[in-house]
Amino acid sequence: MYKKRMKPVSVMMIVIMAAILVLSGCGKKANNGGAGASASPSASESASPSAPASPSASEPSSPATGAGKKVGMVTDLGGVHDKSFNQQAWEALQKLKEEDGASVKYLESKKDSDYIPFLSNFVKDGYDLTWGIGFLFQDAATQVAKQNPNAKFALVDTSVDLPNVESVLFKENEGSYLVGIVAGLTTKSNKIGFVGGMKLPVIQKFEAGFKAGVAAVNPDAKVTVNYVGDFNKPDLGKLAAASMYDAGNDIIFVAAGGSGNGVFTEAKQRFKSGKKVWVIGVDKDQSLEFGNDVTLTSMMKKVDEAVYKVSKDVLNGEFQGGKVVELGLAEGGVGLPKDNPNVSEDILKKVDEYSQKIISGEIKVPTTP
Amino acid sequence: MEQSVPVVELAGITKRFPGIVANDDISLDLRKGEIHALLGENGAGKSTLMSILFGLYQPDEGEIRVNGKAVKIDGAGKAIELGIGMVHQHFKLVQPFTVAENIVLGVEPVRGLSIHLKQANEKVRELSARYGLKVDPLVKVQDISVGMQQRVEILKTLYRGAEILIFDEPTAVLTVQEIQELMQILRQLAGEGKSIILITHKLKEIMEVSDRVTIIRRGKVVGTVRTAETSESQLAEMMVGRRVSFDVNKEKREPGPVVLEVENLTVAGGERGTHAVDGVSLRIREGEILGLAGVDGNGQHELVEALAGLRPAIGGRIALNGADVTRLPTKARIEAGLASIPEDRQKHGLVLDFTLSENMVLGSTERRRFFGGGFLKDKEIDAYAKKLVADFDVRSAGVHSRARSLSGGNQQKAIIARELERHPKLIVAVQPTRGLDIGAIEFVHERLLQARSEGKAILLISYELDELYKLSDRIQVISGGRIMGEVDPELGEDDDKIGLMMAGQASNDQGGGAA
Amino acid sequence: MSKWISSLNQPTALVPAVAILFGLVFGGIVMLLGGFDPIAAYAALVRKVFGSSYDIGETIRTITPILFTGLAVGFAFRAGVFNIGADGQYIIGMTAATFVGIKIHLPAFLHAPLAVLVGMICGGLWGALCGYLKAYRGVHEVISAIMLNWIALFLSNYLLMKFLVEEGQQKTPNIDETASVSIGWLSEAMGGARMDWGIWIGLISVALFYILLWRTKQGYDLRAVGHNPDAAQAAGINVKTTFMKTMMISGMFAGLGGVFSVLGVFHYQVASGASEGYGFDGIAVALLGGNHPVGILFGAILFGLLTYGSAGMNFDANVPTEIVRIVIGSIIFFVASHSIITKLLKPMLSRRSTNKRKGASADGNAG
Repeated sequence: MYKKRMKPVSVMMIVIMAAILVLSGCGKKANNGGAGASASPSASESASPSAPASPSASEPSSPATGAGKKVGMVTDLGGVHDKSFNQQAWEALQKLKEEDGASVKYLESKKDSDYIPFLSNFVKDGYDLTWGIGFLFQDAATQVAKQNPNAKFALVDTSVDLPNVESVLFKENEGSYLVGIVAGLTTKSNKIGFVGGMKLPVIQKFEAGFKAGVAAVNPDAKVTVNYVGDFNKPDLGKLAAASMYDAGNDIIFVAAGGSGNGVFTEAKQRFKSGKKVWVIGVDKDQSLEFGNDVTLTSMMKKVDEAVYKVSKDVLNGEFQGGKVVELGLAEGGVGLPKDNPNVSEDILKKVDEYSQKIISGEIKVPTTP
Repeated sequence: MEQSVPVVELAGITKRFPGIVANDDISLDLRKGEIHALLGENGAGKSTLMSILFGLYQPDEGEIRVNGKAVKIDGAGKAIELGIGMVHQHFKLVQPFTVAENIVLGVEPVRGLSIHLKQANEKVRELSARYGLKVDPLVKVQDISVGMQQRVEILKTLYRGAEILIFDEPTAVLTVQEIQELMQILRQLAGEGKSIILITHKLKEIMEVSDRVTIIRRGKVVGTVRTAETSESQLAEMMVGRRVSFDVNKEKREPGPVVLEVENLTVAGGERGTHAVDGVSLRIREGEILGLAGVDGNGQHELVEALAGLRPAIGGRIALNGADVTRLPTKARIEAGLASIPEDRQKHGLVLDFTLSENMVLGSTERRRFFGGGFLKDKEIDAYAKKLVADFDVRSAGVHSRARSLSGGNQQKAIIARELERHPKLIVAVQPTRGLDIGAIEFVHERLLQARSEGKAILLISYELDELYKLSDRIQVISGGRIMGEVDPELGEDDDKIGLMMAGQASNDQGGGAA
Repeated sequence: MSKWISSLNQPTALVPAVAILFGLVFGGIVMLLGGFDPIAAYAALVRKVFGSSYDIGETIRTITPILFTGLAVGFAFRAGVFNIGADGQYIIGMTAATFVGIKIHLPAFLHAPLAVLVGMICGGLWGALCGYLKAYRGVHEVISAIMLNWIALFLSNYLLMKFLVEEGQQKTPNIDETASVSIGWLSEAMGGARMDWGIWIGLISVALFYILLWRTKQGYDLRAVGHNPDAAQAAGINVKTTFMKTMMISGMFAGLGGVFSVLGVFHYQVASGASEGYGFDGIAVALLGGNHPVGILFGAILFGLLTYGSAGMNFDANVPTEIVRIVIGSIIFFVASHSIITKLLKPMLSRRSTNKRKGASADGNAG
């Protein structure tokens, strides 16, 4: 009798086990960082356009300045395929490998506690530069940089005041101001939405700039704000978008990481059923991914360019430790994409106009809403 | 009937399981139109043998011949094909389906893509009439009595063309009247040429209905005898392997003061909004065994749970030794002198994955002795368990073996040891000998009577009238959650009267019941 | 439910060992198929874990929280309760400790113990809430615990953002130095790895787990309820309060995990959109350890080694992330599905025992 019962028991257990593995699965990308693209013959580094024929492709064979140099990066919890800054940073490193022949590698963090050992890992392996991607790296980078004064570090979205750390910050509020102008002039209902990931200072910079931009050109337009509370929940983004569109908003600016993908999904569904709604993308030119049917424009944050530039500096022996680089409109670190087929010439002119005013300092864009 | 050909022959069947030989060279033949009883204690190997015949197990050695031809029965489907049908102890019926739907389940007559129900109904009606089963094919199974459901099971086998019917402990769930009717049906089936194997441990039924009896002990055939040439005591001796005394020594005893007093107790939980226990009043005195007769499912479980504090009373009052315990939790009742021998010993009596030692102090009221300062006193507990094991002859591999590893009889002995050693005032024993072999039954009966001699009040709930008559000082009958009346066991067995009360007819002399 | 839970409560040593071997072999085959050198990969794993005192220290740091959540889940399993809510209890314990660490100022000998205690108790209360819902409101613990996990996460975020997180930040300021349970000299000795009192309290908890369950009356009641609630109830054990007590203690273990994470490792807390999943790791660890405290300790060590070492597998041996995941997953899978292993081992074991029996009877004959 008892023996017979064992069967469902074991099945049950396997199911539970499987569930656990799945549950922790999405996070398991975790510690299992990526094998260096240079060495991996597998297709796992799908982003790599070069597809080196042999695992040693990146070794001295390349004539460029980066030969023999190693640059590593540690992602934050979003992982390397986050379609956002982690991915952009990784793309930049891959470019570094192709064009300059440097070895590059990444490790994906699963837990906050991974930051320190992962940074240390690169340091111990003699990397010439180690990136920490995301504002959560502040403490980890501080500690590891202090412990390893001879190693070089660079950070995105946060700053550490140490001689061996270069920090890259973006003036997201300035770029958001410009897409705010596009939204303010495009809206027909005078109702505009903003969907944020978590109510964090860095996301609130988007909100503040966006609101100011809308208000500058269309004081009657009302901006509704919704923070979904998570960067990796497309379903929440979709829900938020649905209720905003239902309430008459015709444009949504989204700064919510993976959750933002849900906003695009909702917009596309509505487009298919014949309703015209817009989304303003973030970080990259998201029309490339979600198409021009719903993507009005995007607030680009050129993490890739910054990561590439700083890395290249290191290869050239021009590391600027201790420096905090703040990239705004003036520096070309934020802004609209080159092509904006859905935005009229008149509006683009206005955007240019305001852009100049910001660069010249005539307009100061707020950082908090 | 002796001269008729064997329809089934089992020759030298041996079946081994890891560590045990369940069937050891068993040979047996069943003749046409015969009722052949298979008698043996629990674990003797009856069920294994029948499972082999029904194709659920494969024998390691030996041969099965059906109608003279050697066959390999590799599944129930094959068994049915050979005309073998089995009426299981636990029915396998789909409650919301009608009788006919249940009977044709799996072998439905089809017309086009739909089930030809009309044809099924007719066939069932015809079979029912031929064997005197009186089953209405159109009612739903959930609306018919247990006895009727059993007939549906019989019809299922007949519908599939069974010539050989195996009955596994068929009377365990039936009322007295239903048992009588079943006996009649068995005779009729045999009369129509069906061959029947009847697995049972009830000697009375064997004597009444069977033609021959094969007795199995520890996996071996002890012998096959003609019923007409044997007696109950001979059968029992063959089954157990020693002389068994059927008579219990129940000394005359004048009961003392009232120990348990139940007044108008009402407990929720019946079907369709009725009360499971509906205004029951009982009184049991020191040194008295009150037997409670009734068909399973008439409020016994709920009554017992209410007495133990496991189920709330929605009306009435329970007093133990004069103190009202109606609202007290189980623990307080145990402390007030309640002991219980539950019907389902594995579910309610023991923690099977605990050791024997751990089980012996389950619910113990002697906190200081076994759990001084909140910690377990292993030495004390083990010593206590060893003493009980010795006193009550619980056979195990030691007090540190798990209760799960004990046989049913020894599990029951362990429970009885624990409960009696607690020196209770009141013992509630439900089916205390259920599933036990004769030796163990003797033991349990002796212990209960001994407890009675020591002045304990005992409520004995059983579905076996023999047991009630043997042990009780008074017998009351419960039906539909109410006490229907009382019989005096001294006056001898009066099956008709008690049977009617079990079926729900109140006795006309109920007035004397509560005294 | 309780039946399969109780079947998980059987400790054995041989079976997990064989299971780990199976998992390693299976993972090795996967790597071979993928064109990678399994020996090099496993060597990289071992090197990553034992390569330096820093790595050993960080491995211990990885083990600590899952040891606590593993104990939490295992303890509840013993009473037949599936505490899937260790995650929430972990978060609540962490948050409470953060509050004490930042908002209260006391000398070190009082501050740190107080923070630990408060965190532990709050984790316990969060668990008890789940136990209460199960016992008195009939809410299945799995359902309520999953919901309470989210509530814990967002409640904690809200409290942090409202009372502790400074303007322009996502994390709290650091706790007072007096509340820290880091062990500075040990960190230095371990090459800068983050060492704290957590692992020591964890080891003490392992002992407490054992004593509580097998040496006390409470534990006896709890196990009785876990194995057979019906019999326990019939024997007068209050099943409902036992559920609550169990979940309280279970929550305390989980809470301690969170406490040491903030007081020993980070010294600050981040308001984060998702939990770190230590509670779920704890389920795996409890299963690995057969719900026995020593087993859980080994399970946590195994899980910790694999988790921390896996970074080495793809960093040094260039095994891609996906393959590493399969390897780690299969090792855990084989260990957890021990019934498969038991079945595979059974013929071998039973042959051995029959041999033994034969031997015994031969002896008997000889004698």
